[in-house]
Amino acid sequence: MALLEVRDLEVFYGVIRAIKGISFDVNEGEIIALIGANGAGKTTILHTVTGLIPSKSGKIFYNGTEITKMQGHKLVPMGIAHVPEGRRVFSQLSVIQNLRMGAYTRSDKKEIEDTLKMVYERFPRLEERKHQLAGTLSGGEQQMLAMGRALMSHPKLILLDEPSMGLSPIFVKEIFDIIEKISSDGTTVLLVEQNAKKALSISNRAYVLETGNIALSGDAKELMNNDSVKKAYLSE
Amino acid sequence: MTFISYLINGISLGSVYAIIALGYTMVYGIAKMLNFAHGDIIMVGGFAVFLSVNSLGLPPLVGVLIAVIVCTALGVTIERVAYRSLRGASPLAVLITAIGVSYLLQNLALLLFGANTKSFSSVVTVPAIKLAEGQLTISGETIVTILSCVVIMIGLTTFIRKTKAGQAMLAVSEDRGAATLMGINVNGTIALTFAIGSALAAVAGVLLCSAYPSLTPYTGAMPGIKAFVAAVFGGIGSIPGAMIGGILLGIIENLSKAYISSQMADAIVFGVLIIVLLVRPTGILGKKIHEKV
Repeated sequence: MALLEVRDLEVFYGVIRAIKGISFDVNEGEIIALIGANGAGKTTILHTVTGLIPSKSGKIFYNGTEITKMQGHKLVPMGIAHVPEGRRVFSQLSVIQNLRMGAYTRSDKKEIEDTLKMVYERFPRLEERKHQLAGTLSGGEQQMLAMGRALMSHPKLILLDEPSMGLSPIFVKEIFDIIEKISSDGTTVLLVEQNAKKALSISNRAYVLETGNIALSGDAKELMNNDSVKKAYLSE
Repeated sequence: MTFISYLINGISLGSVYAIIALGYTMVYGIAKMLNFAHGDIIMVGGFAVFLSVNSLGLPPLVGVLIAVIVCTALGVTIERVAYRSLRGASPLAVLITAIGVSYLLQNLALLLFGANTKSFSSVVTVPAIKLAEGQLTISGETIVTILSCVVIMIGLTTFIRKTKAGQAMLAVSEDRGAATLMGINVNGTIALTFAIGSALAAVAGVLLCSAYPSLTPYTGAMPGIKAFVAAVFGGIGSIPGAMIGGILLGIIENLSKAYISSQMADAIVFGVLIIVLLVRPTGILGKKIHEKV
């Protein structure tokens, strides 16, 4: 049984069929990449999984439990964290307040402090800037904050939406290194990326999305050598 | 000495505006809507106290408690029935619905209690104090009103800073989607905001009717609008702003009545609002809107 199972998912925006009946699995411990062009439906899939947009049909299972119609906020205590596109940090709150917001559903103070320490080890820059307002951080720092905030809920599965978007090459490398570390700490990762090359290089498996359908799927290394993937997404 | 007396009365009236404005500003900050029915909740609070104290003969404090319970339940019900289904609808649709709810409450009160003015007997039993060899008298109502306002302000600020529910309000006010991703129940948080705002409106209703002892189905309308002005004046969405706006408004209104003209007082109040908004469009403590891409 996979940790996350998506079956025949269909999502509509009004009359537009944005996701056209897709199925995929994320197994425990994997890094799975969803790659594809702008508008292929990658973000929509993540939003549907975490209950921010309703699905038209199809089912989503997490750890064997159906979560298709579940309200978004109830998924966090079950172990799903979602780092949304564009970071969406609380810009009027300080870094530390943002991180504590991530632990909103947890009550054990001692465990929260331990997680906070772990997050600071992972992102030393956040500790340096803990009293700064999140809105004043650079894009890369905000991305780190958004990821740190998600880790504060101590998730089993973390959904990352375009973590490298708009970042300088140095930050991109740093963020991908951190994703690998999060994975090696035992958190399962579902990664949505336009930077297909980078995403495929750290993933176990990948799904290639084209206008609401899965066009290709398989082992990430094999997809990297696939001619049509190379041509469309790796710009070689 | 008369000036000080006018000033204190102004602060007292302003404290009532401030308590009402807190409800406006919290609902605006968190639910992103103007609840124009907020003023009419004050009237419902007034009637709840009037019926329990004057008609049923219950002790004043019990009456106040009943008013708070009735208004809280009413506020949460209005949110659930009228506003929740409009979440994500255009702001104009929500605004019109709020005005509709306001008329509904006024006309229900008219139907149930009639249009006659009820004379409300003050629920405040605190004696007046005399200062400066009897030249300055501060009424019990004034003392209780100002104290209530201070206590509410401190209580609310502490609640938002220190409790989980308060933190959830901050998160929801900034980004509902991100708040959901933190595991915060957005609908629950908005309902709680309405509950707190309506409970405050009940308190404001009791204080208002104790200071100005006449009660009609339209009692809440004008103070409601003034409190809205106070909230905008102070910077809508800001809790200290609502406080400052309310008290300044009360002082301006009372001093205008005393020294300029009692007929012109309201015109002066709204005139000051226009000037403030021309100079500082976001109000005294309002945040500038930053757009970061």
